[in-house]
Amino acid sequence: MISLKDLKNAFLVSLWFVFLTFPLMVIKVNPFERTIDWRWQNMGYVAAGSFICYLASRFFLASKAAKQKKQKLLDIPDKPKSDWQQRLLSEPRLYLPVLGVILAILLIFPQIFSTYQINIMITALMYVVLGLGLNIVVGVAGLLDLGYVAFYAVGAYSYALLNLHFGLGFWAVLPIGGLLAAGFGIILGFPVLRLRGDYLAIVTLGFGEIIRLILENWNDFSRGPSGISNIPRPGFFGMEMTLNQSISYLYYLMIALVIFTIFVVNRLQNSRIGRAWFALREDEIACQAMGIDKTRTKLSAFSLGAFWAGMVGVIFAAKTTFVNPASFTFLESAIILCIVVLGGMGSIIGVIIAALILMLLPEYLRAFSDYRMLVFGATLVLMMVFCPLGIISTVRRTYTIDKNLKTSNDREDYT
Amino acid sequence: MTEKTTPDTPILEVSGLTMDFGGIRALDHLDLRIRQGEIVALIGPNGAGKTTVFNCLTGIYKPTSGELLRTPTGLATRRLNGLKPNKVTQQGLARTFQNIRLFPNMTVLENVMIGRHCRTRATVLGAIFRDRKTVREEKKIVALAYSILKKIGLADMINEFAKNLPYGAQRRLEIARALATDPTILLLDEPAAGMNPHETAELDELITGIRDDGLSILLIEHDMKLVMSLSDHIFVMDYGKKIAEGSPNNVRNNPAVIKAYLGEDVEDA
Repeated sequence: MISLKDLKNAFLVSLWFVFLTFPLMVIKVNPFERTIDWRWQNMGYVAAGSFICYLASRFFLASKAAKQKKQKLLDIPDKPKSDWQQRLLSEPRLYLPVLGVILAILLIFPQIFSTYQINIMITALMYVVLGLGLNIVVGVAGLLDLGYVAFYAVGAYSYALLNLHFGLGFWAVLPIGGLLAAGFGIILGFPVLRLRGDYLAIVTLGFGEIIRLILENWNDFSRGPSGISNIPRPGFFGMEMTLNQSISYLYYLMIALVIFTIFVVNRLQNSRIGRAWFALREDEIACQAMGIDKTRTKLSAFSLGAFWAGMVGVIFAAKTTFVNPASFTFLESAIILCIVVLGGMGSIIGVIIAALILMLLPEYLRAFSDYRMLVFGATLVLMMVFCPLGIISTVRRTYTIDKNLKTSNDREDYT
Repeated sequence: MTEKTTPDTPILEVSGLTMDFGGIRALDHLDLRIRQGEIVALIGPNGAGKTTVFNCLTGIYKPTSGELLRTPTGLATRRLNGLKPNKVTQQGLARTFQNIRLFPNMTVLENVMIGRHCRTRATVLGAIFRDRKTVREEKKIVALAYSILKKIGLADMINEFAKNLPYGAQRRLEIARALATDPTILLLDEPAAGMNPHETAELDELITGIRDDGLSILLIEHDMKLVMSLSDHIFVMDYGKKIAEGSPNNVRNNPAVIKAYLGEDVEDA
């Protein structure tokens, strides 16, 4: 399958990579002794590595193309390649045991692992909820939102400030934070109703920065860059808890929130409103022509997406007991967006998996921390090349219809 | 505005419709009428402004001037001017598009279910709690969508993605989706474009069937055989103006129409 031309190309590619990485990988300047170490063996690794990688990718793509060609010849319709996924997800007999095992592991997790591990897991779960929230806006409704972190900040600061000024507790603020963020979602939604694509992305990016800059500069309101500290952790009927206990408590809280989010988001997606969101993503003009109110649909997507960020924001403030604007930079938005894109736009399970991978892997790969961003970037590129629809592409609901259904007089009792 | 309809009064009346794009007058004081249960065709050379009429009617464009009046049977007349596209659909005007605009990554059934959106009411809370009313509504949406698909002949591919359908089926799915909005007037923008003679014959049957169900149809079409066999009344446009109207036979022999389509006869000039 690999022709001579491929070999020639591979050679050129490896030459190019050697040239590109030469200053970085080969030359090492020792400033004390004013000498240069020439690490020639690195050059060999780069050359061999890129040569093999190129050939492997050619081989992979060629076999993929050949398979598609064969399918076309035999006139097999283009089945989505996630066929086994569809089956796994649509049969309760297959997925229920798996779900049970995962849930059991999650429940005993704090008993087995150290506080450090639990803390990492809490963060990962927070990003699961953030990812699911942004998934409504970006994945389902197709509105590219680069300022999602603003809603996260709104949630976090609403707990910090309401607690500081009015002494409100965690449980009171949790829904308030969510609703405030949803309100901000609508405030952002109004000016961007007419925008889409790149323009929408730029405006939302600006919105995210505006919120961060306000928090950074309005000292009287938010105490500026020094932030707000001594935020109480969530209470449990006024019980005194040690640090370890309260972290496990927060962990279980987070698990509950994740389950709640999955439940709500799943039901929303399979409803009249969810269908309207999908239609909006697919074709805005056709969607309006079919009688869907664009304004309401967009605003509902923005606010319902922002709601989750607000809730997670409250939990974030309670977890770290300290908030400052530095936690809400554009990088956070970008990571959450990566989770959605990597997981598969509109796919709940995909987003969960992607959130766990993106949050947990960097923690457990600390040994390779120097190459973390390199691996991260390479993974994103490879994913987009080989699997542009994400880890798990959207599974659309299939309907079975009773063929003997009497539907002839449905029209009358509808109107 | 309170005048009631009789079978002869038009259910849709367009008068003096004018649409300017900058300095270009795409539609120039156009008058159209559609009566209950009629198939009306809108024909004309390319660029005559036929699709612009559709876009003005369905609220995608805001006409520069003119009146769009809609009189549902037995009800008071309403102006359609300035209504948003979704409100127009709610008033009983549904359309298809010249270049197919389905929701490609949704299933066939879901495409049709979308059409029910403006006739149903489930809220966010209803969607989350799935109360009895919402569940019943949802079941009815599925049942109705399925019955429409059965009528249109796509019942055996309801779980297929719309993008995977063959071309002719996509055209028919667009009609099914429009029918799901419970229209009284169906606007079809070149439904036979790109179809082979066999598919066109099927389409002829389908459109007649829809008319027999009591709907009025406004049709843009270039296939003259289809237009002549289907229409009760034909409007001919050129350069944004109406140049002729009447029964198929009338229009066929109208010198202005022949001139617009074939150009002026050299000997006569």
